[in-house]
Amino acid sequence: MGRIFYLGPLILFLAIATYFALPIIKGNDPRILPSVMINKPIPNLDLLPLLKTKPGIDQNSLRGDVRLVNFFSSWCGPCRTEHEFLMDISRSKMVTLYGINYKDKQKSAIEWLNNLGDPYKNIGRDSDGRTAIDWGVYGVPETYLVDRNGRIQYRHVGPLSAKVFNEKLAPMIIALQKNTNE
Amino acid sequence: MIAELGHYALVVALLVALVQTTIPLFGAAKNDFALMRIAQPAAIVQFLAILIAFAALTHAYVTSDFSVINVAQNSHSLKPLLYKISGVWGNHEGSMVLWVLILSLFGFSVAVFGIHLPPTLKARVLSVQGSIGVAFLGFILLTSNPFLRLDPAPIDGRDLNPLLQDPGLAFHPPMLYLGYVGFSMAFSFAVAALIEGRVDPAWARWVRPWTLAAWTALTAGITLGSWWAYYELGWGGWWYWDPVENASFMPWLSGTALLHSAIVVEKRDALKSWTILLAILTFALSLMGTFLVRSGVLTSVHAFAVDPERGLYILGILVLFIGGALILFAIRAPSMKLGGLFQPISREGGLVMNNLLLSVATATVFIGTLYPLFLDATTGQKVSVGPPFFNATFVPVMIPLVLLMAIGPMLAWKRGDLPAAMSRLWFAVLFSLVISIGVWWNHSDEPLAPIIGFALASWLAGGTIKEYSDRIGLFRGKLSDSLLRAKGLSRATYGMTLAHLGLAIFICGAAADSAWRTEVVINAKENDQASIAGFDLSLKKVERLQGPNYSLERATIQIEKNGVHITEIFPERRFYPVQQMPTTEAAIHTTLWADIYVSLGEGTRNQGWTLRLWYNPLVSWIWSGCLIMVIGGLLSLSDRRLRIGAPVKKTVSNLVNNSGLKNG
Repeated sequence: MGRIFYLGPLILFLAIATYFALPIIKGNDPRILPSVMINKPIPNLDLLPLLKTKPGIDQNSLRGDVRLVNFFSSWCGPCRTEHEFLMDISRSKMVTLYGINYKDKQKSAIEWLNNLGDPYKNIGRDSDGRTAIDWGVYGVPETYLVDRNGRIQYRHVGPLSAKVFNEKLAPMIIALQKNTNE
Repeated sequence: MIAELGHYALVVALLVALVQTTIPLFGAAKNDFALMRIAQPAAIVQFLAILIAFAALTHAYVTSDFSVINVAQNSHSLKPLLYKISGVWGNHEGSMVLWVLILSLFGFSVAVFGIHLPPTLKARVLSVQGSIGVAFLGFILLTSNPFLRLDPAPIDGRDLNPLLQDPGLAFHPPMLYLGYVGFSMAFSFAVAALIEGRVDPAWARWVRPWTLAAWTALTAGITLGSWWAYYELGWGGWWYWDPVENASFMPWLSGTALLHSAIVVEKRDALKSWTILLAILTFALSLMGTFLVRSGVLTSVHAFAVDPERGLYILGILVLFIGGALILFAIRAPSMKLGGLFQPISREGGLVMNNLLLSVATATVFIGTLYPLFLDATTGQKVSVGPPFFNATFVPVMIPLVLLMAIGPMLAWKRGDLPAAMSRLWFAVLFSLVISIGVWWNHSDEPLAPIIGFALASWLAGGTIKEYSDRIGLFRGKLSDSLLRAKGLSRATYGMTLAHLGLAIFICGAAADSAWRTEVVINAKENDQASIAGFDLSLKKVERLQGPNYSLERATIQIEKNGVHITEIFPERRFYPVQQMPTTEAAIHTTLWADIYVSLGEGTRNQGWTLRLWYNPLVSWIWSGCLIMVIGGLLSLSDRRLRIGAPVKKTVSNLVNNSGLKNG
């Protein structure tokens, strides 16, 4: 017995708690999935438009400027969570958003945009999820940062928030946009 | 307006909880009775305020107020009333409100019923309980507010996950929470005792009813969940060792250990620090059960719905409370007076073994549940730990435990006589032999595992029955004397007897079902037949119908045995248009000896339907066994010695005299 017996539980608990806390504190949340696509050109794609008023998405529409490509679905709860923030991004005009509507019914997706607002410049329909597979999407929502040469620079898994955007994406976007101007 | 009232009530509850945490604790340190007494009204007001908030949220659900985001995301105007109400806790935010409601209900009960508690202990218990309230009310208000509005309000909601629209699951979370949160009471008592620096039998007498209540509710909650999984998921199984199930099972195991070690503290004034430690760990596991699994800290990529803020906040709460309690434990526990001594072979010795085995069992489940998540978080490697792991590690720990369960109650306190106890167990040995040989006779060419299960179960049942009949002196004197003695036994004794018998029945069911379950998958058109385990099933017809918020296909299946009509059952396949999700409603024909379980798969009239048929022997024993354990718990809870405020019997008052209980 002795002190060790009484300290044991505390030490064990702290070890386990540290284990859980470290990834979050260090910022490498287990949700940040390394993407094999980083620094690679976007895969070939040619998606039909979701809305009659806006074109769909193909290879060329994603070149020439820094862009965010957001995979979303009307059936996905977290997409709703991030949607308001996507509207903020779109209003800020800091970067153009492209939407890829993943495995969704066209009618529900249109209804969703009518109700919540449409932050996207172009929207493509990925009704069978093939494009998502090419991009390595794990689940919706996911957001990719594409540079002006059409290379993927960053991938965010899960809903976007102001915190994630300001800390990770915004600095990268600004840096990439500067490169464009030079 | 009403939603804002609920929001406001939560803020009031938070402020009151802050008062409840600080002032009584300060009062107890200064020995100021006026300050200590504030804990009481504070606990009552905190409960009432949260009750108002809960009622406001329920109102929003019942009236389908879709201007509240939470309602819009989880309810639908066409949903039946029961599921509108159960929808309140069918989502993260609402379930948190239910959580704090139950937390404050326990605080309320201590404030109202704990009349005889020593005033400093009561003040400290309520203060600790209040601090848990502060943490979680803060969590709700900062990260998970259910009262946020949505503008413009949608025309209709997005409905509750159809799998959760089921009577079994409507009451599963409240029961489970009653269990989880109930252990907060044991935790508060443990921390209060550490602050006081004193643990005595009176303390144990106060802790036991709360632990017992929590344990009983948790048992009922887990049973309901398992039953729901059995009939709703349509897979024919009842336990999958999945992380969510394990998360509720771990506090159950350590809570069971706590229940038993508290007996030793109460009767023999021993095992004090260990009991305190168990109380802290059980609550830690309960917190983990409620939160880590759903917070997304552990489930990584599979829990997109959760934002990392919540995970961090919860982890913070866990570290603050459990870490804090363990620091207090490291400082205070060593100076706690050692209690009564005992021989290794004695009732205490048996209960120590029980605790050791249950702790090892908890640890195996803990490792099996968290190891894959650890590995995923560090190396990104995905492994899954399934039933084979638990069969190989958990089950072997249970075998000595069950063996011990028959012997332990026959040992005397302090110094037991093993040979004498063993000689009383001849009945258990005989009973066990007869049953296992009987089972083996019918299944001689099959694996031995279920036979071991039956041998153990009948050993336990035999030992428990013998212990009871010895206690009332059955067959040793006149029957009327025995009946008189049976009447005189305490309800706690009956509770123990029933709970142990319940476990024996459960083991039979689990052993039989996991070894002898048979499954047939067929493609059937109308009027096709199939047979399973000697029963002939024929698909009579399949109809398309409309439910309140779903459409369905319902099959009519006739069951016959040897040409004799037994019954008709109606498995369904439902489709919920709002969530675009199908569910299966299995049809089950239950008898004492087996269930016939049919689930209807996809199909059309021309091509036929997929039908899955299961024959599940003794499966209903699993839930009956658990139900008997719950009844045992309730019976024990109604024991006069545990009943709060009941006059203390002579025999107990000796223990109580030197404990300060009279001060209350």
